Formats: sequence, C-alpha cells, structure tokens
Amino acid sequence: MDRRSEKWNLKKLSLRDRVFHKNYDNLVGLCFILPWLIGFVLFLIIPLGMSIFYSFTRFNIVSPPVWIGVENFIAISRDARFLNSVIVTMVFAFIAVPARLVFALVLALLFYKPRRGVSWYRAAFYLPSILGGSVAVAITWRQLFGGQGALNSFLNTILGLEITKSWVGSPDTALASLVLLHLWQFGSPMLIFLAGLKQIPRSLYESASIDGATSAQNFFKITLPMLTPIIFFNLILQTISGLMMFTQAFLITDGGPIDRTRVIMLFVYTHAFEFFNMGYASAMTWVVITFVFVITMVIFKTSKYWVFYESKGDL
Amino acid sequence: MVHLLGQKKLQPRNKRSLIAEKSLQVRKSRELRMTILYHTSVLLLSLLMMYPLLWMVSSAFKTHAELFARMHQLIPLELYWGNFIEGWQGWGRHTFRTFFQNSFIISGSITAGQVILAPFVAYGFARVKFYGKKTLFAIVLGTLIVPMQLLMIPQFLLFNHFEWINTFLPLIIPGMLPAAFFIFLNTQIIRTLPLELDDAARIDGCGHFGIYSRIILPNIIPGLVTTAIFSFYWSWAEFMGPLLYIRSTRLFPVALALAAFSDPAGGTPWGQLLAMSTLSLIPIFIIFILLQKHLVEGITTTGMKG
Repeated sequence: MDRRSEKWNLKKLSLRDRVFHKNYDNLVGLCFILPWLIGFVLFLIIPLGMSIFYSFTRFNIVSPPVWIGVENFIAISRDARFLNSVIVTMVFAFIAVPARLVFALVLALLFYKPRRGVSWYRAAFYLPSILGGSVAVAITWRQLFGGQGALNSFLNTILGLEITKSWVGSPDTALASLVLLHLWQFGSPMLIFLAGLKQIPRSLYESASIDGATSAQNFFKITLPMLTPIIFFNLILQTISGLMMFTQAFLITDGGPIDRTRVIMLFVYTHAFEFFNMGYASAMTWVVITFVFVITMVIFKTSKYWVFYESKGDL
Repeated sequence: MVHLLGQKKLQPRNKRSLIAEKSLQVRKSRELRMTILYHTSVLLLSLLMMYPLLWMVSSAFKTHAELFARMHQLIPLELYWGNFIEGWQGWGRHTFRTFFQNSFIISGSITAGQVILAPFVAYGFARVKFYGKKTLFAIVLGTLIVPMQLLMIPQFLLFNHFEWINTFLPLIIPGMLPAAFFIFLNTQIIRTLPLELDDAARIDGCGHFGIYSRIILPNIIPGLVTTAIFSFYWSWAEFMGPLLYIRSTRLFPVALALAAFSDPAGGTPWGQLLAMSTLSLIPIFIIFILLQKHLVEGITTTGMKG
C-alpha cells in the first residue's frame, strides 16, 4: 500500500516534470528567436500594416492623413505613367534576367572542370558582381557610356566612328545600358550553378558515355534536366531582384530620358519623395506587392512542367 | 618456326600500337588546341569583364586633360595623385573622412549586431524544440525572398512616426536585428554539428545557453566569419536606406556622399569622382581578396545572392 502510493507519486511528479520541461523548452525557444521575432513584427508586419492604412489616405508627411477610401487605387488604374513604369520594368526584367542566367550558366560550364587558372578566372568574373551594386560602379557606368565616355572614344579610335551621343542619355539606348550593367553582374547565379553542377552524379555521364552519347546529348539529356531545380531557384531570385531594380536606374539615368527607364520602384520613389504623395505611394506599393507576388506564383505554378525532381522522376 | 611465328605475331601488334600512338598524338594536339582556345577566349572575356573596373581605377590617376584626351586607355601616362587629394576635400565643410567614418559606424554596428544575434537565433531554430518552430522557420525562409525595396514606403512611414529621420537609427536598428539570410546560414551550419556534443555538455550540467556559448559558438567560427563578411559588405554598399533617411551632409555615408558628389548639376570633375569611387571600393575589395573562399561558400551553402 505504502509502496504503491509512492510509485503513484513518482509518476505524477515525473508527469509534472515533463509538463514543466515542455513549457521550459517553449520559453527557451522563444527566448532564442526573440531578436528575430522583434525585427519581424516591428520592421516588417507593422510597417506593412501601416502602409495599408495610409494607402487609403491622402498624406504629404507634413499635415495629418485624410481618409479618401479607394481613390488612390482608382487613380493608379488610370495613371498612364504608372502603366509605363510597369511596362519598362517588365521589359527590363524579361530581357535582363534570362540574359543574366544564360551567361551565368555558360560560364559555370566553362569553369566547371578543374583547369589551370580557373579559380583566377572565376574571381575575375565574380568581382564585378561583388562591386556592382555600389554607387561607385553606377558612377563609372554613367561615365563609360556617356557622350564623351570611354565607349565613344573607343569606337572613334578603333573604327573611326564619330559618335557623340550619350548611350545612357538617349531614349533608345538608356534602358539597354541598364540591361548591360545588370548582365555584367552574373556572378552569384554563376556560383550557384557551379555548386549545382558539382552535385550531378558522375555515374550518369559514365553510363551515357557507354551508350555513346555526344557532349551535346550529355548537356541536353543530363546536365540541363538535372540542373532545372537550380535554374528554377535562380529564376525566382533573379526575377524578383530584376523587378525591384532601383539604385542603378536612380543613379545612372534617374528614370529619364522621358521616363524610358523609370522602373516601378523609381516611380514609387518619385511620388513619395519628390511629389510627397505618401498615400499614393503606399497604394502603389501594395499594387507592386501584388504584381510581384503574382509573377512569382506564375513561375512557381509553371515549375511543375519543366523542373525535374529526382525523387518524383522515373529514370 | 616458333621464332618466325613470334615475329609475325609481333608485327601487327607494332602496327596497332603505332596507330594508337598516332591517334593519341592527334588527340593530344587537338586537346592542346582546345586548351589554347579556351584560355585565350576566357582571358579575353575576363579582360572585358574587368575593363569597367580597371578603367575606373586608371582614370582616377589621370589628369583632367588626359582623361578626355585618352579616354579609353587603361594605363595613365603618369600616376597623378591630385584627384585623390582634391576629391578627399569633399564639399561644404565635410571631407571624405567624415563620410568614411559614418560608413564605418553604420556598417560596423550592423555587422556586430548580425554576428552576435544571428547565430543565437539560429541555435533556437536548430536545437531547441518549441511550439510553432516549423511555421516560424518557414516564415524566416519566406522573408528571404522579400525584397527590401518593397518596404521602402512602409518602413519610411514607421520611422517617420518614430521621428528617426535624419539619424542613423533607421539604418542601424533594423540592420542589427538578425536578417533571415544569416539565420538560415547559421542554422544550416549548426545542424551539421553532431548532437552528441550537446548531449555530452548536457550531462555535464549545461543548459541551452551553456551549450550555445560553450559548445556551439566555438564550433561555428567559419559561419560567423561569413556572417560578418556579408553583413559588412551589404551594409557598405547600401544606398537606398541612406538616400531615404539621411538629410544632413555631416551624416552621409560614403555611398550617399558619392551620389551627391556626382550630381551632374554640381559640375564635379570626373577624375575626383572616380578617385573617391575607387577609394569607396577598397574595403570591399580587401574583403574579396582575403576572404574569397568564405564568400563563395556563403553563397553556395545557402544558395543566395551576393
């Protein structure tokens, strides 16, 4: 009798102990992730929430916001300059992103096999991407492709062409000069492709060579399908970063000439900080969030038709 | 007879080996040609890639007259340091010393915050069992692809509300709180450490905080280095934040100072501008040279942008 109650007590204690432990672990876990949670709520959720409120107001920072309902959104749907900036951004992303990815893949294939000097080449191709986002490079770009820039000087000396037009300043080439700058920085997708290439099992190529496969067949039947998850990953990241391009357009062309390079974020910036239409800019931010979300989802949804996952596939 | 047979047998073998040798030679010379082709084309392409950067550096050393006379040449006639000396004066009452100081304060505190906090949070996700962990980690991964530019207006509204405009606070405070990228990076690294290490420490009486500080931290130094490199490099190049929040020249970081310096209306001499641009890239360049391996590893283990 005595023994039994003792046992029962012990059981109860350990149960309580277990409950305590579970709560304790929850508390410790919360404690560890707290710094992230604070940042997430304070600097992501709350600002987004605030901007929803402001998107229904007229607000110029100085005087208090005035509630105007969906007027901002109606105005956006009729705003020709907004539509233009969406088109400019789409054109930019649809040219610059695939071009960058193709370049990154081609160079990853060149640097994939260990050769003498490969690490030096890789560094040379990667350095522009490391420095590329900086103001210094944007300034350099503006001078290189300016009216009296190095490109025109080069064309003059080598081909004897007297060109004085500014490549960044002419309506027909301004966007192209930004695309070129974007293309120039293919370093990080290249490194991701390199890591992906190294993960393709050698045995696939060995069995292909027994079957007498050519190198073109190797590429299209093994390398490319095995790489599709990486291509997909790069495509998502690069598409988002392409759609969000801001700094280069701001510094090199400032949206000009005649709005030919006024990409979407630059247009939002212009409204917020040059016209002080904070309410309108907030509303546009939400239109842009939806726009980026839809494009990302489209890529996600189409992925099942072209991305090859080994676990699912029947080799 | 035997002797003759042997000779007869030998001859075709010789012939065959001769053919084999010849085809080997052909293959070798073809390989050599391919190698030469490879190296010349890659070398030319890499020169083309490096040209804008080399041009920026070399133009910084050209006199104003030479810059226009020999625009695209890469080797200046003589090393002219005037651009650096004059450019360093900045404008207003502020030299580039102020701007570099500001940049180091901002990037330094962001880097310190990330190195201290990101592995801490990562430990929580990698080792502690708590309610809702999976969901929260999925949110961390989700925020990885949220571009900062989208938060331009929302965050500005918040910091305007806090009256943080024209201080370092809107740059430093959100920058110091652990970013999703570094949490992910360090979680991946901590997960590779054997659980037996934790168990041994637990038997010795360590709690989670003890395990973190005594066992995990000393074992993830490479991850900390990668975290430090990336957070310094990203915050150094950061332009949009300072553009939105910093108004007074005395608070300008280098990136913003260069952009303001380069205002076409200001009529700043190109040489000085390019000289200061070159200087602004030196910290990143040093990191690249010394720690390239960490950079590459950081990008490939998380598969994220650089």
